Amino acid sequence: MTEPRRGGLGLWRRGRRVWRPREGLLVLPALVFYILVYLYPLTRLLAWSFFDPGPTLKFYGALLAEPAYLKALSNTLEISVAATVLSLVLGYPLAYLMATSGARARSLLMALILIPFWTSILVRSFAWIVILGNNGIVNRTLLSLGLVSRPAKLLFDMTGVQIGMVHVLLPFMVFPLYGVMSRIDPNLLRVARSLGAPPRRAFAKVFLPLSLPGVAAGCVLVFLLAIGFYVTPALLGGAGEITLATMIDMMVNTLLNWGFAATLGVVLLAVVGVIFVLFSRLLGLHRLTAVGEEGAR
Amino acid sequence: MQEPGTEGALTLRRLTKHYPGFVAVDGIDLSVAAGEFLTLLGPSGSGKTTTLMMVAGFTPPTSGDILLNGRSVTGLAPERRNIGVVFQNYALFPHMSVAENVAFPLRMRRRPRAAIEQKVAAALDLVRLAGLGQRLPRQLSGGQQQRVALARALVFDPELLLMDEPLGALDKNLRAQMQFELKRLHGELGITIVYVTHDQEEALTMSDRVALMNKGAIEQLGAVEDLYERPVNRFVAEFLGESNVIEGRVEPAPDGLGWFIAAGGLRLPVRLDAAGPPPRPALLVIRPEKLGFANGDASGIPGTVRELVYVGDFTRYRIGVEGGIELILKAPNNRHSRRAGKGDTVRLALEPGDAHLLAG
Repeated sequence: MTEPRRGGLGLWRRGRRVWRPREGLLVLPALVFYILVYLYPLTRLLAWSFFDPGPTLKFYGALLAEPAYLKALSNTLEISVAATVLSLVLGYPLAYLMATSGARARSLLMALILIPFWTSILVRSFAWIVILGNNGIVNRTLLSLGLVSRPAKLLFDMTGVQIGMVHVLLPFMVFPLYGVMSRIDPNLLRVARSLGAPPRRAFAKVFLPLSLPGVAAGCVLVFLLAIGFYVTPALLGGAGEITLATMIDMMVNTLLNWGFAATLGVVLLAVVGVIFVLFSRLLGLHRLTAVGEEGAR
Repeated sequence: MQEPGTEGALTLRRLTKHYPGFVAVDGIDLSVAAGEFLTLLGPSGSGKTTTLMMVAGFTPPTSGDILLNGRSVTGLAPERRNIGVVFQNYALFPHMSVAENVAFPLRMRRRPRAAIEQKVAAALDLVRLAGLGQRLPRQLSGGQQQRVALARALVFDPELLLMDEPLGALDKNLRAQMQFELKRLHGELGITIVYVTHDQEEALTMSDRVALMNKGAIEQLGAVEDLYERPVNRFVAEFLGESNVIEGRVEPAPDGLGWFIAAGGLRLPVRLDAAGPPPRPALLVIRPEKLGFANGDASGIPGTVRELVYVGDFTRYRIGVEGGIELILKAPNNRHSRRAGKGDTVRLALEPGDAHLLAG
């Protein structure tokens, strides 16, 4: 029996090429679309960053020479890592609850996550401005309780950006986690208990390892979304929270420096690529596509 | 040092489980002897699995008590009960090798590494999986996976082994083979087993005793033969194997014999229980294989063959008799057994001792 190689797109079987031209045509529409709206602009972007108008490395030189740009890069990474970690810390127990509770509680939790998820990011970010502002509900509550003597600064700094981003990104953590967790057989935990494992050890030895593909998928998804995030940092961040995305916007819309904007875009793309490769090396890329295959049996 | 009344390896006292809107288990009493193979048999929804889950500690009972070798475990967490459990879907840890799965209960008990290795090897040997320890569960066949689950549930020398429809996912031949294996293991280890199934054939071939459950209660508890030959009520008679159940009344005759008179006037000879007066109204239970074709003469119950089905080792006849009653008859397909064809007028023979009287 020949079994198709995993992740081999069906083109390879036992190391022998089996390209089936007719079925291959099915890829064509998507391929054309991607070449026109993705590959072509991407090539132009690359070109802009290396030509002005003759070949040059001056944009990359400027990037390394100017601390503000490196600061934007480190800001971006810092915000993304923090958003990922926070989403995981908040999302894991939530997904666990969803996966282990009854149908009613599960649909309620699902609705609570989905309704904000369907709301526009722009609307939600503006809402945070209202909530977190000096006259917002949070500060008024804190003041009336006497916990602070003057309004706490929650907006236009890192706090605001983090709150807003985690709020937007949390579903992207919860869904992959829930997807994997819901396919973990509850009998596995029962059996672990009957075999002598107290609840915590049963969780640590059985549930946690089986949920790791979900953790990996959720973290990659949230991190990659966070690193290119524009709306929330732009609205809720201050001058100190310039990220790559907001800086690209500034280069294009204010300074009209397209070459440098392209360079920043290439850097962003390279970072995303590196992270993705690292993750796939570390955990195996199939975990992102075949989510939870391990626990599903 | 056992209290009176707690002599069993497992004793259930008035064990009850209520769910909102229905009673899953309705105050059952049961005592399982050490080394016994007891089967909880019943249709789905009869409460057999709920009972098993309560014994394992996964479901808290509403009331009642569970005693394991004389000590109450009712409030004890599952991990402190020392009971092995095998599920229908095996529930092997997919991220652990076969050996790691089997080692799991020993690791949880923090046994020394050398002892673990030795016990795991012995357990895999016991279930005839020696040499497969490094495989992952998904690389094994269904039957092999069930053996791993069995090894894992036995390796820590539990006081009791619970099995919830463990062979349900296997095909017929493999199931027969595993039944045999289970019986062998039970004999070799002398462990107490409580086995849940809805498959009566499985219950009949494997158990020392069967508890037939229905609607959260035990209808009858006893040896397989008792349940089959002497069912206590209509449910038992009809659930186990095939039965002709006829409603009517009893007319005593001398010498402990009597006549059972069915509603339509059909008269059948019965042996009466010396202990008390015959039940009235009464039910008569006749197993299809106890009926036969009478030899030639005019004695016996007259009837007409309505239908017959050849089933290999026997032929199953549907025979219409007096009073609009239909009887099922099973005749073995051997040279000693008489045959009949469709539409034939026949006479049925029934020994008085072969029919079983019940209160109607």
